[in-house]
Amino acid sequence: MTIAPTSDRQPQDTLTGSQWRAALPWLIAFALLLALPFVFRSSSAITVMNQMAITVIFALSYNMLLGQGGMLSFGHAVYMGLGGFFAVHVMNTLLVPLPLLPLFGGLFGLIFAIIVGAFSTRRAGTVFAMISLGVGELVAASSIIIVSFFGGEAGVKGDRTEAPAFLGINFASQTQVYYLIAAWMFLSALAMYLFTRTPAGRMANAVRDNEERAEFLGYSQRTVRFMSFCAAGFFAGIAGALIAINFEILTEENLNLTSSGVILLVTFLGGVGFFIGPIVGAVAFTLLQSVLSLQTDLWQLYVGLLFLLAVMFFPGGLTGVLAMHGPAWRHGKLGLLTVPYLKLTAVVVTGILAAACFLEILFHVRHASVGENTMRLFKLTIDTHAVWPWLATGGVALICLALANRLAPDVKAAWDAANLPAKGSARR
Amino acid sequence: MELIAITLFDGLVMGLLLFMLSSGLTLIFSMMGVLNFAHASFYMLGAYFGFQISQSIGFWPALVIAPIIVGIAGALVERYGLRRVHKYGHVPELIFTFGLALVIEEFVNFVWGRDQKPFQEPDSLHFALFHLHGYAFPAYKVFMIFVAVGIFLVLLTILTRTRIGLVIQAALSHPETVQNLGHNVPLVFMGVFGVGTALAGLAGVIAGPALGTFPGMAFLLGSIVFVTIVVGGLGSLWGALIASLLIGWLQTFAASYNLRFADILTALGFTRPLRIADSVFRDLWTLTLPQIGPILPYFVMVLVLAIRPQGLFGKREL
Amino acid sequence: MSIPAVELTGVHKSFGKAKIICGVDLSVAPGERHAIIGPNGAGKSTLFNLITGRFAPTQGTIRLHGEEIQGRPPYEINRRGLSRSFQITNIFPQLSVFENVRCALLWPMGLRYSFWHLVSGQSELNARADDILERINLAGRRNVPAGLLAYAEQRALEIGITIAGGAEVIMLDEPTAGMSHSETDAIVALIRQVTEGKTLIMVEHDMGVVFNLADRISVLVYGQIVASDTPEAVRANAKVQEAYLGAALEAAE
Repeated sequence: MTIAPTSDRQPQDTLTGSQWRAALPWLIAFALLLALPFVFRSSSAITVMNQMAITVIFALSYNMLLGQGGMLSFGHAVYMGLGGFFAVHVMNTLLVPLPLLPLFGGLFGLIFAIIVGAFSTRRAGTVFAMISLGVGELVAASSIIIVSFFGGEAGVKGDRTEAPAFLGINFASQTQVYYLIAAWMFLSALAMYLFTRTPAGRMANAVRDNEERAEFLGYSQRTVRFMSFCAAGFFAGIAGALIAINFEILTEENLNLTSSGVILLVTFLGGVGFFIGPIVGAVAFTLLQSVLSLQTDLWQLYVGLLFLLAVMFFPGGLTGVLAMHGPAWRHGKLGLLTVPYLKLTAVVVTGILAAACFLEILFHVRHASVGENTMRLFKLTIDTHAVWPWLATGGVALICLALANRLAPDVKAAWDAANLPAKGSARR
Repeated sequence: MELIAITLFDGLVMGLLLFMLSSGLTLIFSMMGVLNFAHASFYMLGAYFGFQISQSIGFWPALVIAPIIVGIAGALVERYGLRRVHKYGHVPELIFTFGLALVIEEFVNFVWGRDQKPFQEPDSLHFALFHLHGYAFPAYKVFMIFVAVGIFLVLLTILTRTRIGLVIQAALSHPETVQNLGHNVPLVFMGVFGVGTALAGLAGVIAGPALGTFPGMAFLLGSIVFVTIVVGGLGSLWGALIASLLIGWLQTFAASYNLRFADILTALGFTRPLRIADSVFRDLWTLTLPQIGPILPYFVMVLVLAIRPQGLFGKREL
Repeated sequence: MSIPAVELTGVHKSFGKAKIICGVDLSVAPGERHAIIGPNGAGKSTLFNLITGRFAPTQGTIRLHGEEIQGRPPYEINRRGLSRSFQITNIFPQLSVFENVRCALLWPMGLRYSFWHLVSGQSELNARADDILERINLAGRRNVPAGLLAYAEQRALEIGITIAGGAEVIMLDEPTAGMSHSETDAIVALIRQVTEGKTLIMVEHDMGVVFNLADRISVLVYGQIVASDTPEAVRANAKVQEAYLGAALEAAE
């Protein structure tokens, strides 16, 4: 939501006036969350924002493992899904007011995390990743079999409006649901941020960096990981309960491996190195998903390629790329980069669009029914069996590739110049 | 009796198929420390390439050409993808192969579509080799067994009888020291990755006609292959073989014996609740062994990891 | 006689068939500065790892302030007041220098696994961390990620982390390895200053440093202690001269 200076690399705890400065991003976020429904009023926009907020909680909770604790999980959706299923059942008892429901989801996620964490957090790395995968498969498969709790393939339905009214609110309107989700998102994000500032959270970072050294400082790496794991399970459960409130149904899809994979993707794209990384990732991914999936059948291919390129070239994710510009910003030389960046961006965007068009035409030719020779692309009608669309899109893509190659040295030179400290400030 | 024999046979086929994947995967892991999430995707590519080639020039050329193409693709992925990510550490590597698996699946969707392809075994193997109590043993499955056993023998020979095999073996137990031996380790890495993925491709060509050629085939087998190498112990070819057979049999036996939990519960002295639909334990009463068959391997894996993280035959921890 | 700070009796350690430590008896009195020297491969680092809980001994007992600690995990031994540094720099590379030191202070200051205290609110904790930074001369590098420090600075940070918690027994594994002369002098002064009134056990190759700092010296050869005495006595010991020291002493002079 906000590009807050909340990186764990720049502690500013003991600076004077720092408390106010630390609170500022949260105040801005709070105001933004309040104002958003007045700016984006359409029901589809609110649907997207609800989805986004839930993904933010889930991604932040995932990053407690991956980014903060150094644990790669392939089964984190399990805790969200289980929390969600439990929350639906609680909702259906009609005893609990809706705003308190996420607490129940969180508790259930926590309980399951305590059980699994008891044996999975002994080591990080591949052992942890494999156990998370195994547990993920186990729970996903069990969810089909155990009908009484998971409702089989149909899932479990609920009706949020039947829950006891809370201060006269019955949550029939989407906006009411938005504020409920936004409030929980704000509280969860704040709690997760504060967790990183506690001894347990600081040691999670330390164990991630060097588990052996942490043991020689009095900390059991297993206990440190276990605590992060349980906290992550709790917040994932909260996200699950919000799914129950928002969609009023939970199915196997909410806890299977695909969901776990998606949240890895979201978190990684946003950047695991900073607290706001997963927030950026969740917002960007939800937008990308809701825009692309309407426009093209190939969106999963594009997202997959994007992810692969990100791992190869930008392992720090979006926030990592932004943070790379910190030195240039402090030297006041960001301006040097503007023109080369604009040039490169224009070329790369054109190239990607052309390549995507090429793929779309190819896909259409391969899979359209016989005799269907035209397709619509960006409001153009294209005859896919003519030569010129192929030549145009393929040609533009190749030219852009060549141009990008030509531009690369300029950008590199500008980058080096911008990162050179200004004269007189000879600090390393 | 005959059910046991038939299940043993089917389980053997399944287990050996798993072994064709797990052998390559365990070699790659032991050498490079990377659990290749996309390994089963290369297996799927093998099946699709095999299908495409067999459409034009027949099954037997496809059996040779498709694995080679897959192997080259694998080597390229190592050279231009993994090697780049390697310097960031193991977690990004794992994430990279995870993304690769996604992209390969979408690539297959893109090129061949989402429906199953009519990939058939060759006519020359389309007959029953022998009969047992009225059950026809297809020649194609026997052929699969022979190919898998052949691969195992070739791998074993290469690993124990050749120079490159010794380098690889050294890397299995002492990955750090191989760097210092003066061997071109990156080239060996690329070779092992290429050969490992080619093996997966071969398994794909062979399994395509037997198990079906569809975009979900990688996902279906991928995690099971992980289970075999984790349970068997990383770096151990024998472990991979034994675990593959174990998992193969576990799955086929669970699928063919319709054991009902209701019978067990009754035998234990419980009585079936009259209004079963309202009971919290209703699922316990309706469960059958074939239903829980697919999750048994994961149960075994979690159990093994929690108790003995180095696997049944492994010497070092993950 | 007071209880020894660290006492080893009949300690053996084998890896497979290789016997690395073969019956070591060693006693270090509280407040003593004790150096362990010996040729490469004598088992000095293994001995360190046995005392600090990285490995469990195959046989024998290790006592810290009279309590048996052999086979306990490193974190429990650390909590009983023993802190160590490493030969190969072993810090938290992504955390800032300040965070590195503060992490070392958390347990000793009783914050343990707390998730209800904010570290920024612990003024004494932060003051002490900053104080340590002053003492190891890294105050100017406070907010730099530790992984970006120069080698000598990382060594100083390594010692800073080790002594931060105020452990009674400090164990330093080759604190001057890979340092220039001036850097060595600075680190020796630092060690002398920060271990004032504490028990120090160190492994060191630089004989200048050893004879400068140590009250007593133990010589470890092939997994056995051949001499354990004052620097003068060790210098004069024929067995030691023969085994190893002669050449090293000449090199030092």
